[in-house]
Amino acid sequence: MKIVRELADNAGDFAATVGGVTLFLGRLLRQIPAALLRPSLIVAQVHNTGALSLVIIMTCALFVGAVLGLLGYDTLLRFGSEDALGTVGALGLVKELGPVVTALLYAGRAGTALASELGLMRATDQLTAIEMMAVDPMRRVVAPRFVGGVIAMPLLTVVFIAIGIFGVQLVGVQNFGVDSASFWSQMRASVELNDIAEGVIKGCVFGFACNLIAVYEGYNAIPTAEGVGRATTRTVVISAVLTLMLDYMITAVML
Amino acid sequence: MVSAVSTDASSAQSAAASESLIEIRDVHYSVGGRSIFSGLNLSIPRGRITALMGPSGTGKTTLLRLMTGQIKPTRGQILFDGIDVSALKTRELYALRRRMGMLFQNGALLTDMSVFENVAFPLREHTDLPECLIRNIVLTKLQAVGLRGAAQLMPAELSGGMNRRVALARTMATDPEVLIYDEPFTGLDPISMGMIVRLVRHMNAALGITSIVVSHDVHELSDLSDTSYIIAGGKVAAAGKLNELKGHQSEIVNQFLNGLPDGPVPFHYPAADYQQQLLADSE
Repeated sequence: MKIVRELADNAGDFAATVGGVTLFLGRLLRQIPAALLRPSLIVAQVHNTGALSLVIIMTCALFVGAVLGLLGYDTLLRFGSEDALGTVGALGLVKELGPVVTALLYAGRAGTALASELGLMRATDQLTAIEMMAVDPMRRVVAPRFVGGVIAMPLLTVVFIAIGIFGVQLVGVQNFGVDSASFWSQMRASVELNDIAEGVIKGCVFGFACNLIAVYEGYNAIPTAEGVGRATTRTVVISAVLTLMLDYMITAVML
Repeated sequence: MVSAVSTDASSAQSAAASESLIEIRDVHYSVGGRSIFSGLNLSIPRGRITALMGPSGTGKTTLLRLMTGQIKPTRGQILFDGIDVSALKTRELYALRRRMGMLFQNGALLTDMSVFENVAFPLREHTDLPECLIRNIVLTKLQAVGLRGAAQLMPAELSGGMNRRVALARTMATDPEVLIYDEPFTGLDPISMGMIVRLVRHMNAALGITSIVVSHDVHELSDLSDTSYIIAGGKVAAAGKLNELKGHQSEIVNQFLNGLPDGPVPFHYPAADYQQQLLADSE
């Protein structure tokens, strides 16, 4: 009986959260045209969420690519087709690893920064002060951060893919001696525009989802230290789960 | 004759109404089943300094939030210059808020902007003034609070008193009709407190604005305020000049003004019998 009650409570919480996010999204979308009229605010947020995430994205991309190179070479060697490493690495990074790992890293770096910044602004009355100055914080604070993040995510995804492919090449060509010409020519022959489009679409969708969760959780954080901490944790957890769910859906649709 | 009387009555009424900028009429407000206000009535006179006082938890800050339309009363009216604040739509409320300024207890400066940018914020948001004019207005406001030299500092580099003075300059940037101070003296050293008191008095006298000060500081408010309301039990327990309220018949007003540790507001939070609880726990 207790389990049933807990399940019912969780289902109620889930429904309330979905409703809350939907209403929040409606308010946010209404403010986006006004935010777009002030590009300097958006550029600042692209810098905060995108440029400041570059180091972690590039470092991780290099290692993810290197691991893909190691595992890919080992597997392909068993079939005597190690020249296809470029294709395997590029397709894996463009279609799957690039967008997904970028989204997970983005949620951990920029998503948490967004949520905690907005949560602290709530806790220290900064958002209320903005409202009291007759300025809508959704227009002035939330919308530029959201748009900046949505622009930054696909760009970070492209950077991740490029550095990742460099990592695959570093291990495959430089370390294991895979023929460089075969590596690049097979990659160019087999990676199609559709594959790149899938990666970019995933980057955009994950960017939209991760940034929406971050600004929603931060804006609605309980104004205490614990509340801000909880909002930050929820941002990472929900973004990660949502990214993987959306990844499955987009992959299934675009197969 | 009847018409003349009714004209006299209505003009007297409008004169009385124009004397008070904010009218709180029979306001009820509860949150989570707990009643905060049960029939609160008070009026804030125009161009004066009004103090709102009362023991902790009586809803002074809640009253400020009601006045500024951040929350709506369960019942009753809050009239700002004759406009019912709780009936306004968001856009109308924002238009009304341009006539108000609020100084928060912690200053609530935007931490990612310098002192200069904080004071310039409302001007940039609400006006199309050229940059040179914004610069001059900001420097004038900072000069008024004595912090022109701190224009390029970040909020994290300011002391508590400086933080509040910058917030006051920001609030004054758009020349509001009413300034609302939420606990402006809390946590300040005597020098900073003296500066804030001087600024509140100076702003009120020089600009003729209406000031509302929420504070516990009986000593400072005795000199500063023209009128005081002591709120307790969801209603106004006493009203008038603070110096004249010192011998008030209400026990809670006396306890508050004289700082007595026990009285209608008990020292002990309601609990089970002490001895019985100790014995029960040991068993």
